[in-house]
Amino acid sequence: MGIDMTLVNDQDIVMNENAASYGSRPDLGPLPAIYLDYQATTPTDPRVVDAMLPYFSEKFGNPHSTAHVFGWQAEDGVDMARTQVANLIGAEAREIVFTSGATESNNIAIKGLAGFYGDRKNHIITVATEHKCVLETCRMLEHDGFQVSYIKPKKNGLIDVSEIADLITDKTLLVTVMAVNNEIGVIQPISEIGSICRQKGVFFHSDCAQAFGKIPLDVGAMNIDLMSISGHKAYAPMGIGALYVRRRPRVRLKPLFDGGGQERGMRSGTLPAPLVVGLGMAAKLAMDEMGTEHSCLENLQKLFLNTLDEADVDYNINGDRHDRFAGNLNLSFPAVNGETLMASLSGLALSSGSACTSAAVEPSYVLKAIGLTDELASASVRIGFGRFSKQDETVKAASDIAAAVKRLHKTND
Amino acid sequence: MYSAIYMDHNATTSVRPTVVDAVGDAMAVIGNASSVHGPGRQCKRILENARDHVAEVINCQSENVIFTGSGTEANNLALRGLSGIPVLASTIEHASVRSVIDHEKIAVDDQCVVNLNQLTRLLQKQTGRVLVSVMLANNETGAIQPVKDVVRIAKSFDAVVHCDAVQALGKIDVDMIDLGVDMMTLSAHKIGGPQGVGALILSPAVEIEALIKGGGQEHRRRGGTENLPGIAGFGEAAKQVKSERTNFSKLTILRDQIETAIQSMTGRAAYSSSVARLANTSCLSMPGVRAETQVMAFDLEGIAISAGSACSSGKVEASHVLSAMGLGDDDASSAIRVSLGWNSTQHDVDRFIDVWKMLYNRLSNDHVMAKAV
Repeated sequence: MGIDMTLVNDQDIVMNENAASYGSRPDLGPLPAIYLDYQATTPTDPRVVDAMLPYFSEKFGNPHSTAHVFGWQAEDGVDMARTQVANLIGAEAREIVFTSGATESNNIAIKGLAGFYGDRKNHIITVATEHKCVLETCRMLEHDGFQVSYIKPKKNGLIDVSEIADLITDKTLLVTVMAVNNEIGVIQPISEIGSICRQKGVFFHSDCAQAFGKIPLDVGAMNIDLMSISGHKAYAPMGIGALYVRRRPRVRLKPLFDGGGQERGMRSGTLPAPLVVGLGMAAKLAMDEMGTEHSCLENLQKLFLNTLDEADVDYNINGDRHDRFAGNLNLSFPAVNGETLMASLSGLALSSGSACTSAAVEPSYVLKAIGLTDELASASVRIGFGRFSKQDETVKAASDIAAAVKRLHKTND
Repeated sequence: MYSAIYMDHNATTSVRPTVVDAVGDAMAVIGNASSVHGPGRQCKRILENARDHVAEVINCQSENVIFTGSGTEANNLALRGLSGIPVLASTIEHASVRSVIDHEKIAVDDQCVVNLNQLTRLLQKQTGRVLVSVMLANNETGAIQPVKDVVRIAKSFDAVVHCDAVQALGKIDVDMIDLGVDMMTLSAHKIGGPQGVGALILSPAVEIEALIKGGGQEHRRRGGTENLPGIAGFGEAAKQVKSERTNFSKLTILRDQIETAIQSMTGRAAYSSSVARLANTSCLSMPGVRAETQVMAFDLEGIAISAGSACSSGKVEASHVLSAMGLGDDDASSAIRVSLGWNSTQHDVDRFIDVWKMLYNRLSNDHVMAKAV
């Protein structure tokens, strides 16, 4: 059962055949496998690497050394990056707190609010399909006496915004909803959620690890109070992320850890200047190229599905077909053993779920939350496209998957 | 390449060329170390290889190494991860340790060495189990602490011992087993590795609760995708430290030249110079001249030094370390820190001494004249 998507005109595809078909996007060179795991991590863009390199050599100073030129050079790099990150989400530079990654940002945001306001308000609303680190943090707060409402998404993975409105009470401190789901790619109605939260005087945090640099985000228009950002999901290196913290109306946080008081006391520790500069450059590239990149990804997605359709393979798309990030597909193959399928796709780097949980064999909690059976959830793969994906590789990957699925069907017969 | 002379290695060290290569190589490998596919497994190998190098340099098991985002995070993880246990730390600890202390502090003597008798007395007053935290070497004076004695005393009270070895690693031999500590903090960017990665070493006897919760990485002790390039760089830096362990003490020769020259002019020795000290660190007063003035003047002459630790060097208050040693305001406010590194040269030291003398003649005369007026 294919999907009802208009066939892509061959002409469109040819126009985008070359990986460097837009902008000045560099080529990564030969890779050991076809990389289809862009939601686990993205390659670091060579232009990002180039921006970082001087901060490993002549500009190596500690950005907090205020007494000499080595420190100032590093600090200048950090300041520029702070502005670049802020610009991409419509924030002010001083509202950006650099962290080691989105997991830390999510921890600081949720525990930090709970720590600061917890004696007055103790109810949190989140979604059952959030990233593990959000859910684990919420569970920890439940142990500390917080009440947490976990909204169950609809079958298409999207939440019903009216449910949030209904759940908010005068004890509600925070609504935390991710923008783009890491497994099924659906885009939640962030603007609507933000406007409800603002009306009701509740803080709104969004885990934008998968959305930053991929889809337009605006903390003002979306009424986002706290936003978690990841570097390595947006072509910057691992080990760097950010938390947007709104200044007006002001959001106060209890820091997760203390020390030298860097990042306005919200996140102590020496800032890794090269990584920060890398995140800034990644934000700048996204700002310049998001539009063209998005149409490229849409084409790749269509191409992938067309290839499956032409091979007449039976599949379901998990998550809404339209409200989804174009760089993600999550597909289930009915009547196929998932583990056998994964084992037969060794030439493809893809995942059966999120990276942090893919070492575990249990079926994805996200897919189960949108109503898949254990069996179907296990027979699902996540396919991620990105900046360096190529059309020929995309077609090959889809053909390999189609062939494997058909072979497995045959063995079943 | 900027031609200024860098003498602030205790704030951060210049990154070693082989480390830059290791970071670059790891960045070229695409994948998440938690993914099960080929690229993911390749990342896992890089991660575990680096873990082995870090473990080796301090003589512990690889599985005892928890990678974090910084030394600050590792200190916080150590002291907050054992929730409910009061922390007893010295007065000269890094800000990331001091911020967690809610208890009495262990005093130091005028040479910046912890007072073991007072440690015993403080432990005798405790009713339940405590966590003792003493750094291996102080970041401002370089004074090496008697951590083995601290462990011996603390263990007789069944205390858990944490040691911040951030400034010691790479400068003296650090042996987790020989020291006998339960937890140890390390930082990559103080040993020629990249910024943005640290580690907490945990002896098998201790279990902690994660500060950053997430995908279950680092045996559930630290959530978040591992900073693979940073960790690869940390591993390479640790490998370098192990291979050059005898070379570091050669910095003593350079450091002593500075101290001898200055003593001949002021008649004053460097702080902590009568106790065991890191070979690279010198904490010196220029009588009558404020540290900020010196630091700015040195910067104009193309020499980077600091007036204390980097994270607090923007603040004007006197160093907590020097105050803890009992220095008066005049001495504490005129002290600068000179810290040499793996790439410091004789030329750097000669130039520093020349500039110091020039500034001393100029600035301290200004000072005398200002007083006379």
